[in-house]
Amino acid sequence: MDLAFTAREQAFRDECASWFGQNPPGPLASMDTPDGFEQHRSWEKRLHDAEWSAVNWPRAFGGREATLIEWLIFEEEYYRAGAPRRLNQNGLFLLAPTLLEFGTEEQKQRYLPPIASCDEIWCQGWSEPNAGSDLASLTSRATRDGNEWVLNGQKTWASRGVYADWMFGLFRSDASSERHRGLSYILVPLDAPGVTVRPIAQIDGEPGFAEVFLDDVRVPVANTLGPEGDGWKIAMSTAGFERGVVLRSPGRFMATADRLLELFKERGSPVALQDDVARAWMNADAYRLATFWAVSKLMEGGTIGAEASLNKLWWSEMDLHMHETAQRLLGEDAPLDGPWLDGFVFSLAGPIYAGTNEIQRNIVAERVLGLPRS
Amino acid sequence: MRFQPTADQQLFARTVRELLEKECPPEAARAGFSAERWAKLREMGVIDMLASGMTEIDLVPILEEAGRAALPEPLIEAAMIAGGTLDGVVTAAVGTRYAAHADVADVIVIERDGALYSVRRDAVTLQPVETIDAARPVFLITGGLESGTALEADRDLADNRATLGAAAELLGLASRCIEMAADYAKERHQFGKPIGSFQAVKHKLADALLRVEFARPVVYRAAWSLSRRDETIERDVSMAKAMAGEAAAGAAKAALQTLGAIGYTQEHDLHVWMKRVWALNAAWGNPDEHRARVASAVLH
Repeated sequence: MDLAFTAREQAFRDECASWFGQNPPGPLASMDTPDGFEQHRSWEKRLHDAEWSAVNWPRAFGGREATLIEWLIFEEEYYRAGAPRRLNQNGLFLLAPTLLEFGTEEQKQRYLPPIASCDEIWCQGWSEPNAGSDLASLTSRATRDGNEWVLNGQKTWASRGVYADWMFGLFRSDASSERHRGLSYILVPLDAPGVTVRPIAQIDGEPGFAEVFLDDVRVPVANTLGPEGDGWKIAMSTAGFERGVVLRSPGRFMATADRLLELFKERGSPVALQDDVARAWMNADAYRLATFWAVSKLMEGGTIGAEASLNKLWWSEMDLHMHETAQRLLGEDAPLDGPWLDGFVFSLAGPIYAGTNEIQRNIVAERVLGLPRS
Repeated sequence: MRFQPTADQQLFARTVRELLEKECPPEAARAGFSAERWAKLREMGVIDMLASGMTEIDLVPILEEAGRAALPEPLIEAAMIAGGTLDGVVTAAVGTRYAAHADVADVIVIERDGALYSVRRDAVTLQPVETIDAARPVFLITGGLESGTALEADRDLADNRATLGAAAELLGLASRCIEMAADYAKERHQFGKPIGSFQAVKHKLADALLRVEFARPVVYRAAWSLSRRDETIERDVSMAKAMAGEAAAGAAKAALQTLGAIGYTQEHDLHVWMKRVWALNAAWGNPDEHRARVASAVLH
């Protein structure tokens, strides 16, 4: 066991810190507004031009072949510099790892570089109006017609769906199938005829969220990721990445915890909140350590299974608690517009998206503790 | 950066687990101190690990196993406070007023004016103190504190090591409480179903496990800081004790609620583990005291 960074890892950190020092991101408008979206896209272009956009990917697709430890270091430096959440996070952190694992060489070459460059923005097409926590009850269907799928149905809660160019979605490709069987994972261009994207104003009023209607949308069968009918397994692998390490790296939470310590002092170090502030910092530091622990295990050839659900529970509840503590420190300024309010509102979504925390607790109880299914 | 126990550390922990499954089954954990088992722990090299060149990191998985077994011997005191340097049965009153198992000890490590001394048991006066953890009796030392042989050991280091040791044992105790509860929830039927199929039970145990799993890397990090004599020892050890202690207290409580009335008896084994959680949670600083130490480290 060695918690010290190697010379190579330290050199990588220095290179990150030096680039962010020379290229400060500056404050950007919300990525869920039209202006903010363009500001974020140009920030992503700067990252990509300097090869920081997807550091752990293979070089052929725009990465640096960084190790997972180096990727965590990158994330720490990224958020320490005050840089924003990633505009194409669905593409970078959910689709890309799945493409790298299950995609054909052609698919990787076609889809990965524009994810890294942010030329193509992706959204997720999983939830439906009647299939949320019970995702396997989804009814959007893919009907085969020669070399094409004909897609019909409705997807919803697609973050940044309004601005996205593509959607990766789950469709019932075997009409006689039920539940987890007979689903296919299909990549859908949102400019195809028959696609209607309707914005949904989120709680903060910003219009990036969307539902997506599909009426006889034709896409090539070649847009299927992995074998036809295996969509559930492939989607759950994406879900594992999402809940596991990549979507919510500790860098962002450590940066929030450090800002919370500053806020505590600025607000006169109120005794009543000292314990919560200490807990917030400890929770974030524990998450950082648990991530290095998990990544070390992965790098030694281990796997992350249902433990990913433990991660999701931890980061989502920790993030909410940190922001609730900040709201309490702010007193009557709590509801005023600003980064702490934005962060608070965003953190409220954490226990809901990427599989609700109730579903995660079921997964932990059943797959880690071996309790019987309901 | 490689933050996992080594293959050797894992292997040694498995060996210790096998020994304790054989030598310290629940009925033995209830019965309390055993000189024979102490001799076997000595023979296996568990007690003198620090004295034979191993580090605090090597001891974490071993102490976790001791916790899993609710081992009723003063391993934290002998291995962490005395650092494995003393022969016989060794206990201590360092960082705590109460010396566990002092009645069966040959030697007791005490502190005086910030330094450590070893005293023979027959040179001090012991006063038994009633405590709920019957398998880990504790004593106040009321006389003979001016005697003893000075030890070449740093008092604060010994205290921090003991605190880390308690945190590691608490992890093992917590894991076993959750296992007992999960086993029971699979077997116990009500309303025609195993109670473990109900979400109210599932979610409680999932939450208990969550806190234990996130405390474990924190405990290992504290061991790392200790092994390197880092400047952050106090903060890291306190964070470990606070998080492992809260996780263990939560696990014991969740297990009791899952077992219901049978858990509230001495017929089931849970109470042995739960009482040890209470004892070790309170010893060497409780989670509140340690969280306050973390707060002063990060806020000033």
